[in-house]
Amino acid sequence: MAITFFFYLFSLAAIASAMLVITARNPVHSVLFLILCFFNAAGLFVLLGAEFLAMILVVVYVGAVAVLFLFVVMMLDVDFVELREGFLDYLPIGGVIGLILLVEMILLVGTWTIAPDLIAHTSTPTIGDISNTQAIGQVLYTKYVFFFQMAGLILLVAMIGAIVLTMRHKPNLKRQVIADQVARGPATAVEIKNVKSGEGLQ
Amino acid sequence: MVELALFLGLILLESVALIIAVLISVAFLIYFDRKVWAAVQMRRGPNVVGPWGILQSFADLIKFALKEVIIPDGANKGVFVIAPIVTALLALSAWVVIPINEGWRVANINVGVLYLFAISSLMVYGTIMGGWASNSKYPFLSALRSAAQMVSYEVSIGFVIITVLLCAGSLNLTDIVHAQHHGLGTKLGLPASFLDWYFIPLFPMFVIFFISALAETNRPPFDLVEAESELVAGFMVEYSSTPYLLFMLGEYVAITAMCAMTSIFFLGGWLPLIDIPVLNWVPGIIWFLIKLVFVFFMFAMVKAIVPRYRYDQLMRLGWKVFLPISLAWVVITSGVLVYMGWLPS
Repeated sequence: MAITFFFYLFSLAAIASAMLVITARNPVHSVLFLILCFFNAAGLFVLLGAEFLAMILVVVYVGAVAVLFLFVVMMLDVDFVELREGFLDYLPIGGVIGLILLVEMILLVGTWTIAPDLIAHTSTPTIGDISNTQAIGQVLYTKYVFFFQMAGLILLVAMIGAIVLTMRHKPNLKRQVIADQVARGPATAVEIKNVKSGEGLQ
Repeated sequence: MVELALFLGLILLESVALIIAVLISVAFLIYFDRKVWAAVQMRRGPNVVGPWGILQSFADLIKFALKEVIIPDGANKGVFVIAPIVTALLALSAWVVIPINEGWRVANINVGVLYLFAISSLMVYGTIMGGWASNSKYPFLSALRSAAQMVSYEVSIGFVIITVLLCAGSLNLTDIVHAQHHGLGTKLGLPASFLDWYFIPLFPMFVIFFISALAETNRPPFDLVEAESELVAGFMVEYSSTPYLLFMLGEYVAITAMCAMTSIFFLGGWLPLIDIPVLNWVPGIIWFLIKLVFVFFMFAMVKAIVPRYRYDQLMRLGWKVFLPISLAWVVITSGVLVYMGWLPS
């Protein structure tokens, strides 16, 4: 009863905010609606009993990825009129992508409805009396450890690539070297001169 | 149906009681903060409203609530109003999973630690939304600063939490406290005491967590988001009256939640100092409050005596000092736990 109510609450809010992501005129509003959408998806995960996935979704997507999204979008100087102009040009390719996604969803959900026992043949963690955090850990770090490490490596390479592409070493730039500052003492910092009265420094 | 209504009603009642308790404690903690700050600077601090000025926070509350709400003409009104509400709401919602005594919590969820981590990483949205919606230069700069700052320090907080999880073997906050009932001290044959708490074996992590918590809640010396010499009042420049109150409230509730997290992860939550008669007759909630106020006192002292960091120093500390150390400590901790066979089953 309560679960049904919350399911419809979260899914309606998710769909409505997803619609608003693409219809909002202001790109910052779009990102904020996207965040709301993520949040509702996390709520749906909780209803499914996948609380670990729900929290990871919030931490990773809402807490980190969407912040950077918002960061970039806020700094962009977007001309809304110009943005609307190209709408019809992009309609065909957008439509094709939408169609592909729709077909995929129908295939997925259709297969599931036609052959519900298919899910028994896929390798899902067996959840006995352990929490789903442990269940994910047991599968991820044993059976799929290679793929897990591989994904991590790919992300690392992408990160290094981004840094290499954007880092510019400017010459003649003064940088703070903390170690030098800490190592600096009276011997290297001050020079004491014995100045005779009335003569001054040479 | 009746059972469900009763269940929901009970949860609602518990939540309301919790919110009221948290808000009243925060009112006195703000007073305490100001008194500590004043004492360090040899001032008297608030001393007018009520005996020793103890009702100062309530006077401030009434003052803020009665003033006029000013929304700037160029502001993005919806987002401008939502931002402080989001801050206060998220800060309060962190408290539902925090166990303040054996069994005293609104929600006992399996992933309590992750929930707290998620909430603290969401706190940045109040700042960003407020800063952007104000449509003014200082708040906007402040929003950009806070976004970078909070994302940076979350990384090291995450690794610190992982070391605690490795030692405790659970994501449930109550289990983490229970795990600290036996540890280094009991291995030496002593009764359960403060020697078992995680602040001894994980001392570097305790320090990193404390400093990162300061940065995560925008407390001095990391209050670059609202550095008055550079940004006037940061993202709060355009806010007045109740919205401003909500921002301040959210900030302080988040700070107390961070203090509670520190005492649960490293100082044994509600466990007594030494588990012997007389000391363990004291109710757990008293121990928990003592620890929370102690951590809060450290927050206040840091605010009073440490000068503000420069922005590049802040980033250096987060990425070049804390991240490598905490990452190394995760590896060391897991290595020691596996080698000594101390992994929690």
